[in-house]
Amino acid sequence: MLGDRQQLSYIAAQAADARLNLELETEGMTLNIGPQHPATHGTLRIIARLDGEQVVWAEPACGYMHRGYEKLTEVRTYPQVTTLVNRIDWLGSFANEVPFILAAEKLMEVEAPPRAQHIRTILFELSRIANVSLFLGDLGVQLGAITPVFLAFRDREYVLNLIESATGGRFHPNFDRIGGLKDDLPAGWIDETRAVMKKLRGFCDQIEDLLFGNEIFQSRTRGIGVIPRDVALQYGLSGANLRASGVDWDLRRDHQLPMAWNKADWKVWTHPDGDSFARCWIRLQETRESTKIVDQLLGSIPAGPVMAKVPKIIKVPEGEAWVSTENPLGEMGYYIVSRGDLGPFRVKIRSASFNNISITPWLLRGVYVPDIVTILASLYFILGDIDR
Amino acid sequence: MSTTSNTQPRITSVAEVKAALGDRLVDSFHKEDLWLRVRTDAWKSSMRILRDAVGFQYFCFLSAIDWMPSPYGRGEDDPTEPAPERDTTIRQGYAGGETRMQVFARVTNPVTHVSVVVKVDVPDDSLTIESIHDVFAGANWHERETHEMFGIKFDGHPDLRNMYLPVDFEGFPLRKDFPLLARMVKPWPGIVDVEPLPGGDDSGDSSDGDAS
Repeated sequence: MLGDRQQLSYIAAQAADARLNLELETEGMTLNIGPQHPATHGTLRIIARLDGEQVVWAEPACGYMHRGYEKLTEVRTYPQVTTLVNRIDWLGSFANEVPFILAAEKLMEVEAPPRAQHIRTILFELSRIANVSLFLGDLGVQLGAITPVFLAFRDREYVLNLIESATGGRFHPNFDRIGGLKDDLPAGWIDETRAVMKKLRGFCDQIEDLLFGNEIFQSRTRGIGVIPRDVALQYGLSGANLRASGVDWDLRRDHQLPMAWNKADWKVWTHPDGDSFARCWIRLQETRESTKIVDQLLGSIPAGPVMAKVPKIIKVPEGEAWVSTENPLGEMGYYIVSRGDLGPFRVKIRSASFNNISITPWLLRGVYVPDIVTILASLYFILGDIDR
Repeated sequence: MSTTSNTQPRITSVAEVKAALGDRLVDSFHKEDLWLRVRTDAWKSSMRILRDAVGFQYFCFLSAIDWMPSPYGRGEDDPTEPAPERDTTIRQGYAGGETRMQVFARVTNPVTHVSVVVKVDVPDDSLTIESIHDVFAGANWHERETHEMFGIKFDGHPDLRNMYLPVDFEGFPLRKDFPLLARMVKPWPGIVDVEPLPGGDDSGDSSDGDAS
């Protein structure tokens, strides 16, 4: 399944290791990583059975943060649900609201005015930048480089300030409404955002110099945790993880959604290798592309209202709808079943990390213990996004 | 462009999908998206055909729907009062159905970006359908989740352990007849929090003042 070059070195390394294990008569042991561990971004617990330094079998144990959102949505009204879904991927919260609102709008057959669509797209990309810049910093910490995380937290703060000044919420904006947005942008926000985007591009360059060019970083990520294209598709990996395996698929470009991505000129990056380095590299490029999207959209925000005409008490007509968007972590979608009521009958939340992390039992088999950390960091998951 | 985009059908090859499935297909529904319902005994073979013959290689998700209306309504009853009478007729959604529980999955063609929702009835007595984890490896965890939340068994699944709940947990939380306990002990006050929307009409503030 692996590419020839990787396959050969992989088999050779495994054979050498198996021989060593035999000579040393190593005993198998079970290693428990987590639930609280610096390498697990929250409370993901990994149980790994080891033979020497090699993982024979590994299984993540989820459920330490399950909040039952699918059940809770059934007793909430549609506008109340956005408060819940904000907390699924807490680093890019605004992006969680958008597909839900779009799905409800699809059922109601209303569409947000062009100005609202533009501002939605800008805020969506800002939450992606806030989310992924933390990944880029955190990645360094996991592999032993301390500097990037300080840069990441410093520059993420600028983006969070922007989100806060536009929406009033720093981490959980709850700004999206069925039919548009809660408010218009504050005065001076556009110029401020342009300046921050410039800073963020500088941050990306710094990370590229500090981390991606680093020899240790390269040797710890290249060829580690290779996911071939077919396997990635079968497990339903999405976002940067899928594009790093060579699949040219970005929902922002390929789905026709009432958002403003098609009004900007940007590029979908892919990488043929499918290893940890590819996944990290794709995310770095995507952050750059996001700053470009924001820059272009800032210059072309159409005039007009930010809210369409919708009734005050929102009732969604009977039907079923699915909308997914390209969230910072991958494909995030909501399948809404409506019965013409104030609240949904059933909501299936398809979160990206659940699928992205379900590949780990397959992927961690045969890797070395320090590579567990690399692979988990490069797959990039948020616990709230797995457990929901 | 964006004004019409929401209504444009994403499926261009409905006939192709239907022809490939043949008599496995029970019902279908087409409105911007494509919903298919396949025979219960042909669930796994249908998914395999969709993957190999039609090219739906990307596994998006798998879950279930309990079509029974909740006996607790929307959890807004006063727990001290006797429960009101509610309609309990089971009414299935798009592409129909005959059973209370339905499993549905979504698969996508990564080249043409066409997706379908495939539904299958789950027999009421056995609550068992075939596992598709060897067609789509990603279905493994989704089936585990569905098993624990709805109590649907997946024949041939290697490991239906609970993912979230403790091993000795009783009941299936996402079934409609499983009560949301937080709403059973205290009346929900949230119904009065209807926020006035900018630009919305001001005629309907009838729900304000329902506070008890």
